[in-house]
Amino acid sequence: MQTKVAKKSNLSDFFMKLVKNQCFIPLAALLLLVVFNLIADPTFFKITYGFNSAGNPVLSGFLITILDSGSELAILAIGMTLVTAATGGQDISVGAAIAISGSVLLRVLCGTDSRPETLQTPIIVAFLVSCVVAMLFGAFNGVLVAYFKIQPMIATLILYTAGRSIAAWINNNELPVISEPSFSYFGEFIPGIPIPTPFFIAVICMIIIGIVLKVTNLKLFTQAVGINESSSRLNGLNPAFIKVLSFVILGLCVAVVGLIKVSRISTINYSVIAKDIEMDAILAVALGGNALSGGKFNMAASIIGAYVIQCLTTTLYKFNVQSDALPAYKAIVVILLVVASAPAVREKFSSLTKKLKVKEVA
Amino acid sequence: MSKPEKTSASGNRLGDRVKNISDTNLLLTITIVVFFGMYLGAIVFQGAGFLKPQTFFNILNANAALIILSCGMSLVMITGGIDISVGGITALVSMCCAVYLDYKGGNVFMAIVIALAIGLAFGLVQGFLVAYLDIQPFIVTLAGMFFARGMTTIVNTKPFNVENEAFTALKMTRIVVPGMGSVNKLGKYVNAYVEIGVIVALLVVIVLFCVLRWTKLGRSFYAVGGNKQSALMLGINVKRTKFISHLLCGLLAGIGGFVYFLHVGSGSASHATGAEMDAIASSIIGGTMLTGGVGNIIGTFFGVLSLSTIQNIVSSAGLDQAWWTGITRAVMLCLFLLIQSVVMKVRKKGIAGAK
Repeated sequence: MQTKVAKKSNLSDFFMKLVKNQCFIPLAALLLLVVFNLIADPTFFKITYGFNSAGNPVLSGFLITILDSGSELAILAIGMTLVTAATGGQDISVGAAIAISGSVLLRVLCGTDSRPETLQTPIIVAFLVSCVVAMLFGAFNGVLVAYFKIQPMIATLILYTAGRSIAAWINNNELPVISEPSFSYFGEFIPGIPIPTPFFIAVICMIIIGIVLKVTNLKLFTQAVGINESSSRLNGLNPAFIKVLSFVILGLCVAVVGLIKVSRISTINYSVIAKDIEMDAILAVALGGNALSGGKFNMAASIIGAYVIQCLTTTLYKFNVQSDALPAYKAIVVILLVVASAPAVREKFSSLTKKLKVKEVA
Repeated sequence: MSKPEKTSASGNRLGDRVKNISDTNLLLTITIVVFFGMYLGAIVFQGAGFLKPQTFFNILNANAALIILSCGMSLVMITGGIDISVGGITALVSMCCAVYLDYKGGNVFMAIVIALAIGLAFGLVQGFLVAYLDIQPFIVTLAGMFFARGMTTIVNTKPFNVENEAFTALKMTRIVVPGMGSVNKLGKYVNAYVEIGVIVALLVVIVLFCVLRWTKLGRSFYAVGGNKQSALMLGINVKRTKFISHLLCGLLAGIGGFVYFLHVGSGSASHATGAEMDAIASSIIGGTMLTGGVGNIIGTFFGVLSLSTIQNIVSSAGLDQAWWTGITRAVMLCLFLLIQSVVMKVRKKGIAGAK
């Protein structure tokens, strides 16, 4: 009898630990989606092996789509998590910044001719240039936030308004097309490997950020600045620098996503590329259980959150929801999430459970 | 002790006067000066087009909805919040009204009621979430904006023009402004006119100006935005004030949505794209501080005018490419944000020095 009680408490302890873990929220959401899809239509999980138009072996299916598009989001979520943690605000200009970095990439690759036979510069050089440009724009946002003390969302509003215009201006409003097949490897498939390349790029990014967080003090410093800026300054940190740094890192992430996005279609559409992606990136951070008001963060939870968001998007697409109507459903998810994590609601909820417990005892 | 006295005695008069006017008035003055400077510059460099009163009235006609939206935005910003759902609500309102008028054969009066109801519903939900559940206004209204945009496509996918007779009659109604007409190329005298929306917008501006200046509610908006804690100590119901500000903003977005609909006469999911950004930019240019507690409806009015005047200048200067509009607006927004930031820094230093 006693062992049974002990076992039960052990189990509930384990359960409590699981619930308290930050990765629990996104994983639970993922589980919910998986179960929903299993019941609604199990073909969701079907993966087929085939060959694409270039004759390369490829895997296809809804799960592969999630892995493919979710990777872009996961890369963005890395940067967005850092910005959220350090500044307590979000960057809403990532979509526009992706347009800029993609435009720069194409401009450098194509030179003056908008439809070149061969690439004018090596891809790596073009990518590095687009990285520098994206980081500069990130630094611009960062300086506005850190030194001029403008709220992050308002400061990034400037780039949000101007970004796509700047992107069009960089290429003189032309739409360069790249015919070089090796350029499409980054967004599609490398010959012989059936898994989409963006996933590998995302894994590389995750490994890099994992090492950086482990080896350097970035995590500690970012959290310190996010929790209390003045006390972190009194402890010898430079909050302004850390804030700018987080925006610059986000800029780097933006450049990587820009490369993937442009590589997918080998051209660019200024007004559509990465549209509404800022919403998804913020959602991924929120779903990961990170406080949107800054402070502590959990990178792994954000990354899982990104894939869950993509899973939701793909599920909605599968049920023939129009792409323009998607935001309405996502908005409902956001509202549910933030309401569930609001302190006022949590207090009510905990007092309710306490009452229930008291009743049980009685 | 002797040092500050000395500086105040020998310091220039203008500096003292600048120190004495309130934040609101200082930023308002900057805005109005910038607007008139810009308009005069346009007259000098762009020729006589800007001299015609009708050019000015056309700016008003095209931006009546934006004026109303910006007024709501200013209210929320004065209380220290933000609302980026107004553009989405505008699109949703025009789509719903269009569908109601054309497909359901409704009348204009009920369409107005629908517009107000949609605005109120958004204001109600967002206000509740922001004020009573204490969720960041940006996240709530971001979700509101995406919800509204998504709903617009769910209501109807294709854009279409409304052909309801009563509505088109209302849409074509022109109100003649006496004494402001001009002679056209054929030598005929043409009366200057404004649309109904402009009258509504001006009414909204006047009413809100009075509310903010002379009523208890208006003053409590400033108090809550300036310092939540001290507002609470003064016995102001902070949560309710915030709630009311979002409610009013939603209602104004409903009105603005209908005025927009009245101007364009069609329903489309891409209507009022970026209107929320324009409204925020206008409020900021009009001297409303993002941190709350500072702002003025008259300033917002001039903010909208400045924003659209610069657009007119850009297009009449021959730079009529869509991307120039985006860039000039962003530059202007950036400029005014920096002015605010610097002004506040200098003032803070001044206050600290006086102590």
